[in-house]
Amino acid sequence: MPGLLQILLDALSLGSLYALGALGIALIFGVMRLVNFAHGDVIAFCIFALLWPSVDVVPIVFAGQLPWFLLIPFVLAVGAGLSVLAELAVFRRFRHANPATMMIASFALGFVIRYFLLMLFSSRPKSVQILPGLSQPVELLGARIPLLQVVTILVTIAVLLALVAVLRRTRFGLEMRAAAENFTMARMLGVRANRVIMGAFAMSGALAGAIALILGSQTGTADIMMGSSIMLMAFIATVIGGLGSLFGAVLAGFLLGGVSVAMQFALPLEARPFRDAFVYGAVILVLLWRPQGLLSGRAAKERV
Amino acid sequence: MKTLGADRVSVAFAGLRALSGVTLSVASGRIVGLIGPNGAGKTTLVNVLTGFQAPTEGAVTLDGVPLPKLGPHEVRRRGIARTFQGGRLFRDLPVIDNLEVTGVGLGQSRAAAIAEARAMLDWIGIAPLAERIAGTLPYTDERRVAIGRALMGRPDFVLLDEPAAGMSAPEAAELSALIRRIAGEMGCGVLLIEHNVGLVLQLCDHIVVLDSGSVIEQGPPGVIRASDKVRHAYMGTAAETDLPVPEIEG
Repeated sequence: MPGLLQILLDALSLGSLYALGALGIALIFGVMRLVNFAHGDVIAFCIFALLWPSVDVVPIVFAGQLPWFLLIPFVLAVGAGLSVLAELAVFRRFRHANPATMMIASFALGFVIRYFLLMLFSSRPKSVQILPGLSQPVELLGARIPLLQVVTILVTIAVLLALVAVLRRTRFGLEMRAAAENFTMARMLGVRANRVIMGAFAMSGALAGAIALILGSQTGTADIMMGSSIMLMAFIATVIGGLGSLFGAVLAGFLLGGVSVAMQFALPLEARPFRDAFVYGAVILVLLWRPQGLLSGRAAKERV
Repeated sequence: MKTLGADRVSVAFAGLRALSGVTLSVASGRIVGLIGPNGAGKTTLVNVLTGFQAPTEGAVTLDGVPLPKLGPHEVRRRGIARTFQGGRLFRDLPVIDNLEVTGVGLGQSRAAAIAEARAMLDWIGIAPLAERIAGTLPYTDERRVAIGRALMGRPDFVLLDEPAAGMSAPEAAELSALIRRIAGEMGCGVLLIEHNVGLVLQLCDHIVVLDSGSVIEQGPPGVIRASDKVRHAYMGTAAETDLPVPEIEG
């Protein structure tokens, strides 16, 4: 059943994007109780880092010409760097502010990044060629599957496994798990708060870079708004998963991807343009059923 | 021989005076009790001594020298550890990780931290709990893990905030034996904050009584027992706090 396989891969690859996005949000939320709404704009920034600033229609390629083994680390590093910079320049000053204040600050930062890009590149989407080799289809079980989809899913799995390994096996991971559960206590015990928070921002930014690479290869365009839609779904995924729970965020990301794709196929033809309304409706139902999220994180609990 | 002290410490929260001019000291190997009715300022004092709360006036002293303004982490590195009411473990982490993260936080290598953590659990007598997820432990074990976590890196002082709360008499007796060992075998100075006055009278060499943020009495158990001021401060709450003295061996 090639049709079914295609649907499954669609669901998994869309879910991968949402999961990576949700993870980027959950990582920071875990250590700072900050819902970072600038995350989507970091994604957009990563893609524009491949181009020289210009408002011309024809983009001037800069880092986009790099071979893949340089291009990928470059984009990940741009994401991590911008994210860490955001921490140093903005969020560090709000460390003791209440979550609502931090959230507003993240919105503001998001707008700053977005309008900075707008200033340099104009609002016109630009075509970018990232990893063109990935757009070829491959034969899989009799179906023609875009290679990119397969790569997206594999990359996501690899990222998740690497993250689990880092969290379980390394000193940084140990400190991060402790900090995510109870930041104040972790600090009291000598966990290097700044390093853990910077690490969380760096990882989150690198995840934004990964999303940028996947989205850029998928669409072949750089658009200053490209992060926003992912950001919204990713945020919803972190809420459904239970804010603060990394595993929950990933699970809910895949779930949302699955539901979106399933509705694309299962809804009556006339209703398909309104797919997202149905997806959000399902989200509301889930939250009515489990307001604390599927895997309740410790978000709702009081900090020391 | 080291001494941790509070020197005329006052703390005011937006005009409300939580502590006024509190002076006390704890020496290595000694167990000092800190008692007082609810809201007397006991936990605030612990917070000041461990860097969680900057004093409005006065200072924390180590061997008589005032400590500069330090965060909790730096205070911990100088050998002043604490536990918290209710344990406050990392409930999703295994017991061993709870201790390991503390060792690592103190600057140990992971291997050293794990080795010390295992030795510590063994010393306390809860080695079989190492791999258990902390949140699944029974109450008394959770408390003992919290104490083990506080003892990582062999601090010179440990401040125990209501370690016996909610324990039965036999459990409290077991805990007092552990506290005695902390002072005796480790040579740690212990400041014991406890509602169970009987336990404090049994364990401590010196007891400080706080009421409404001030020291109203201090001295050896006999003095505290005989004090009218202490009886007066506890009036009304005496029935629940002045529990019968548990039987403690040794």
